[in-house]
Amino acid sequence: MSKALLEISGLVAGYGHLPVLHGIDLSVKEGEIAAIIGANGAGKTTLMMSIFGNPKPSAGRILFEGRDITDLPAHAVALERIAQSPEGRRIFPRMTVLENLQMGTLIAPDKERYEDDLGHVFELFPVLATRKDQRAGTLSGGEQQMLAIARALMGQPRLLLLDEPSLGLAPLITRQIFAAIKALNEEGLTVLLVEQNAYHALKLASCGYVMVNGRITLSGSGTELLESDEVRRSYLEGGASSPSADEAKKGAKA
Amino acid sequence: MEPAVREKPRLLPALWDAAIAAGIAFLLFCLVLGVRTVDGVYGLTLQPRPVLLAVVVGIVFFGRLALNLFWWDRDWRFPPLPFFSRTAKDAKDRAPRDIYRVGLVLIGFAAVFPLLGLVLNKVFGANLPLLYLIDLSILVLTYVMLGWGLNIVVGLAGLLDLGYVAFYAVGAYTFAILATTFGWSFWMCLPLAGILAAFWGIVLGFPVLRLRGDYLAIVTLAFGEIIRIVIQNWTELTGGPNGISNIPEPSFFGLEFAFRGDNTFHQFFGLPYDAIYGSIWLYYIILVMALITNAVTLRLRRLPIGRAWEALREDEIACRSLGMNTTTTKLSAFATGALFGGFAGSFFAARQSFISPESFTFIESAIILSIVVLGGMGSQLGVAIAAVVMIGGFEALRHTDSLQLVFGTGFDPTLYRMLFFGLAMVAIMVWRPRGLVSTRQPTVTLNKDAGSISKDLVSEGSG
Ligand SMILES: Nc1ncnc2c1ncn2[C@@H]1O[C@H](COP(=O)(O)OP(=O)(O)O)[C@@H](O)[C@H]1O
Ligand SMILES: [Mg+2]
Repeated sequence: MSKALLEISGLVAGYGHLPVLHGIDLSVKEGEIAAIIGANGAGKTTLMMSIFGNPKPSAGRILFEGRDITDLPAHAVALERIAQSPEGRRIFPRMTVLENLQMGTLIAPDKERYEDDLGHVFELFPVLATRKDQRAGTLSGGEQQMLAIARALMGQPRLLLLDEPSLGLAPLITRQIFAAIKALNEEGLTVLLVEQNAYHALKLASCGYVMVNGRITLSGSGTELLESDEVRRSYLEGGASSPSADEAKKGAKA
Repeated sequence: MEPAVREKPRLLPALWDAAIAAGIAFLLFCLVLGVRTVDGVYGLTLQPRPVLLAVVVGIVFFGRLALNLFWWDRDWRFPPLPFFSRTAKDAKDRAPRDIYRVGLVLIGFAAVFPLLGLVLNKVFGANLPLLYLIDLSILVLTYVMLGWGLNIVVGLAGLLDLGYVAFYAVGAYTFAILATTFGWSFWMCLPLAGILAAFWGIVLGFPVLRLRGDYLAIVTLAFGEIIRIVIQNWTELTGGPNGISNIPEPSFFGLEFAFRGDNTFHQFFGLPYDAIYGSIWLYYIILVMALITNAVTLRLRRLPIGRAWEALREDEIACRSLGMNTTTTKLSAFATGALFGGFAGSFFAARQSFISPESFTFIESAIILSIVVLGGMGSQLGVAIAAVVMIGGFEALRHTDSLQLVFGTGFDPTLYRMLFFGLAMVAIMVWRPRGLVSTRQPTVTLNKDAGSISKDLVSEGSG
């Protein structure tokens, strides 16, 4: 078995005196895609951000490749070669696509590889190549998400954190993004994915966690979770998520 | 053809509309302007002013009528301004080149203008008020430099600094104190003043690291005031409210511009004494200092640190998660901005030969900030134009007789300085909400071939 790249144990974090995460345990193995699913406000984004030290964890440990990164400031965490496409994408709107991508290279250990990396992300997201001199703020939502992922990749990360990459995107674009994530993983990149779109995320993930109110209530392999009653009931069927149930059928046919 | 046909049916509604406006104006003004309280012998009495009221209502009526008939329905447009073309595509292709060209022309003009004036006056006997023009230009250039310095903090790094004058003061007092107590020359003190100001920039930076936007603005404002009040009260060092006088002017490679002395400029070159030489020398000093500020800013923008400032302005959280140390990035922005503020301050002290805390009030910070905002935050050319218009244009107004004709002989436009600033601000925010020059030039592009290909694709995609 491959060893754990990211190991989180007993993590408690919150805003002010109000804890949001109540002791999170999870691990991401080298080379896999791990997915965290959960409803709005479960604390998924808080978990992603507290890996970067903001909010600061008040208890628990975060190990990356066995090193303790719990108390490092955000930029030092990034220098460990953990890259993030944060919630809401957070691209630099007034800079061009190319400049955005350059900002991603801050943590790249091998600056000589810049051209290759650029070629690589343009191959992954060809639309970015055609838009590279355009101001990033004028990109469509899907393109902005692609840019956020591409920017993170420019740092040659060992671990990629993705916070709701499908947020607000049309199903077709969502599928493109997930295909790209899959391709990246097949090249050997480890990915920790946070999603509300449970179907897509779990189908892709080799390992999944369900987060409810700041706790991990269920974990297992992606397919196990997809078939589990709790996940089916809360995240795949019923009101808001019926479209993804439709997609589940389509996906099963395909 | 068409307008003549359309005119008739439009006249009635226009009259009606104008009448309504006049009615509203009458209601509004009948108490405000129509009567006036007079403190007479029998106590307060009301004095009616029907003529004034009628004139104002008349202006509203005919003004509104004219707008209705000739303005709102006009079928012509203003021709686009040559350098600020409106259509996005035009702006994209042309703006950077135009900005560059305009900048070069302006710099060229600035470089030859005093010498040209001197030659015209001395050789061809022209009678230009050269001393006045050069003094005014020195003032304008000082603000250009301050604007460019603050632009690093506000325009590039996006840190709203309302206390920039503090660094200007630190620079001015550093030079003044060193020069008057130790007799050090301007050129020796200049770097020291800059470094000290930069140091204070960092000192200010630390407590405000976590602040953004309005909170940052308030703290920096307070910082500016603190520095001024310290200067005002530290009488032993700064002379308190009396200030420091007899600050030496910068010498010309050891030559003084004094009328009398061992080593004066005019004697050395065998010229008759003229105050203009000293002014011209000061002019070139501030011109070069301002251009250095500009060159450094443009260079920094292309370096990782400048890009980091710009990214910081856009999104701090993203910067941190990309591995940027936002603490040092912010501090470096404050320090670099303060450095140039300190240089400008030294120059100010040397030029004025007298400084006091009064020169470093909040209003100075506000003026510098409005120059940056009006110019289009982050745009070098815009800031320069804004400084010329706001400082120079304004001083020039003082000497136009036409204004006196309109507003009476006692009219002094400089008294309405803030009013004009405010009006200019409102006008800019209405018509050019991103400032005079709002295009931002990208700092990286790939090789040319790839660039041209992509441009085609982009216009296809957006069309
Ligand atoms: N900056 C913040 N300050 C205070 N509370 C916050 C902040 N961000 C998130 N929260 C709270 O933390 C909880 C978890 O939010 P979040 O991590 O964004 O959830 P998710 O990403 O799973 O939708 C929510 O109750 C939210 O209100
Ligand atoms: Mg979230």
